[in-house]
Amino acid sequence: MAATPTPRSPTPSPTRPPRPLHPLHAILLAFPLPLFLGALLSDLAYNASFHVQWANFASWLIAGGLLVGAFAVLWALIDLFRTRAPARTRAGLYFAALLAMWVLGFINALVHAKDAFAIMPEAIPLSAIATLLALVAAWMGYSRRPPRETA
Amino acid sequence: MRPLHHTLGATALALAALQAAPATAQPQTAQPSTGQTGPDPALPQPRRGLLPNMTIPRPAGWGTERPTVPQGYTIQPIATGLRIPRQTLVLPNGDILVAEGSGGKQAPTVRPKDFIAGFIKSLGKSSTPGGNRLTLLRDADGDGTYELQQTFAENLNAPYGLALVNGSLFVANQDALVRFDYRDGQTQASGPPELVTDLPSEINHHWTKSLAAGPNGEFLYVGIGSNSNITERGMAAEQDRAMVWRIDAETGAHRPYATGIRNPTALTIQPGTGQLWAVANERDEIGPDLVPDYLTSVKEGAFYGWPYSYWGQNLDERVRPQDPQKVAAAIRPDYALGSHVAALGLDFSAPTMGEAFAEGAFVGEHGSWNRSDPVGYKVVFVPFRDNRPAGPPVDVVTGFLNAEGNARGRPVGVTVDPRGALIIADDLSNTVWRMTPAR
Repeated sequence: MAATPTPRSPTPSPTRPPRPLHPLHAILLAFPLPLFLGALLSDLAYNASFHVQWANFASWLIAGGLLVGAFAVLWALIDLFRTRAPARTRAGLYFAALLAMWVLGFINALVHAKDAFAIMPEAIPLSAIATLLALVAAWMGYSRRPPRETA
Repeated sequence: MRPLHHTLGATALALAALQAAPATAQPQTAQPSTGQTGPDPALPQPRRGLLPNMTIPRPAGWGTERPTVPQGYTIQPIATGLRIPRQTLVLPNGDILVAEGSGGKQAPTVRPKDFIAGFIKSLGKSSTPGGNRLTLLRDADGDGTYELQQTFAENLNAPYGLALVNGSLFVANQDALVRFDYRDGQTQASGPPELVTDLPSEINHHWTKSLAAGPNGEFLYVGIGSNSNITERGMAAEQDRAMVWRIDAETGAHRPYATGIRNPTALTIQPGTGQLWAVANERDEIGPDLVPDYLTSVKEGAFYGWPYSYWGQNLDERVRPQDPQKVAAAIRPDYALGSHVAALGLDFSAPTMGEAFAEGAFVGEHGSWNRSDPVGYKVVFVPFRDNRPAGPPVDVVTGFLNAEGNARGRPVGVTVDPRGALIIADDLSNTVWRMTPAR
């Protein structure tokens, strides 16, 4: 049996860094951080002004972050299954951060479904934690290095 | 019993749809929790989890069944196939007018929650479009069968409150109080109505405009519900809301008669005293046993708490900015009917209703949604002595929930026919029922 010539076969070497995010995955990942941050700022504005429209803004911003974020979570999960060790640990952490962000965001959405000032005091810390997790997830996602140029 | 929760997001919506499946083996209409009726109801601490408790009995229809009435009484459907009957009026010649309509459609969706809550609540309602009309029912030969059923007036806008005084038929649309000329025996309005005064109708979260005519017909009283559960649409939306207006029948001039009544869904004048009474629906989402809906005499100039406080001066923390002065001024209603029973009908009884119901008031309870254990879905009688409520409410017309916990019907307006009958509008089965002492 002749050896199969595989000059282009991209069998990844164990030391090869993970591939960068797919552009669409990157776009999906770009949503939760600004939306959850907007929700946090809206919550602060509602807490300071008692103008309920700020709470409405926060509700929609969170809903938007969850909607787009759900696809990012899904993509990260699929990536996790397709990634082999040792990059798998890193993919797992990225997925975990994204999932934690989404779960916190969902709880935050339920809190924001309460009427008027009943969303306080939980809304502000929840929005802050969800924003922080969105930041962590985005940082991890975007800090994947492109593969080294090979000669 | 599977509570139906409302949540955010599309997945939650799908989940909610699943959970809205018929409630299982629910005993006939639970009683309001112990100590929740009468002048001094038990008020637990406000609480609300991540998901509010909800159970929506699904429409089941009556089939060959009928509501259950006390021994010695019978009940008959006197009109079927109506288009969302809400309130009724017995005319001097015994004819009955039925207001049919469904308002509040223009209330905007301001939060993701509104989508989901609106969908969930719609599961418990009739899908028939509101008639925007008055239907006249006539039993010419007095045999208890109302052989004539015809449209008295149409092209109204979600008519609800009805009153006849001094030859004028007043109709409270969701946006205006209008007046028809009425002469005895008329079966059709002689023309379009004339405007008495516009009524607050922006948003119209609580759209029903209840109506009663004062003793000599000089003044009319219109109940205007709040524009939110608890100010979640903003304070500005509550301008001219959650109050009873007194309107000059001649000029249409109005002024607030009593305020802070979250949703005064039925008004009536007490025979003998001329005192205005109301039933009102209180706020949701602070627990299954808060806040009791109530029956109360409406005191001129009084403030009943909404939104700042409930049942007197119990602070509602959900309202910002708070108003300690208003809280201090808030008075307690007279008589609790139980939380979430959704009292929508009120009329004083007459001795012709039989000894058991000789003195007191009938209350139609549309039934709860914001509670895992349904309450209401019946007509009760609040006995009175010396013109004041005296004693616990008594079940009169029941059986609106079937053994599976689904709703055959939902009572709204109740009207006492002085000839000795109780007229009940059922806006789920689109039926008008008539309960009479058995002859």
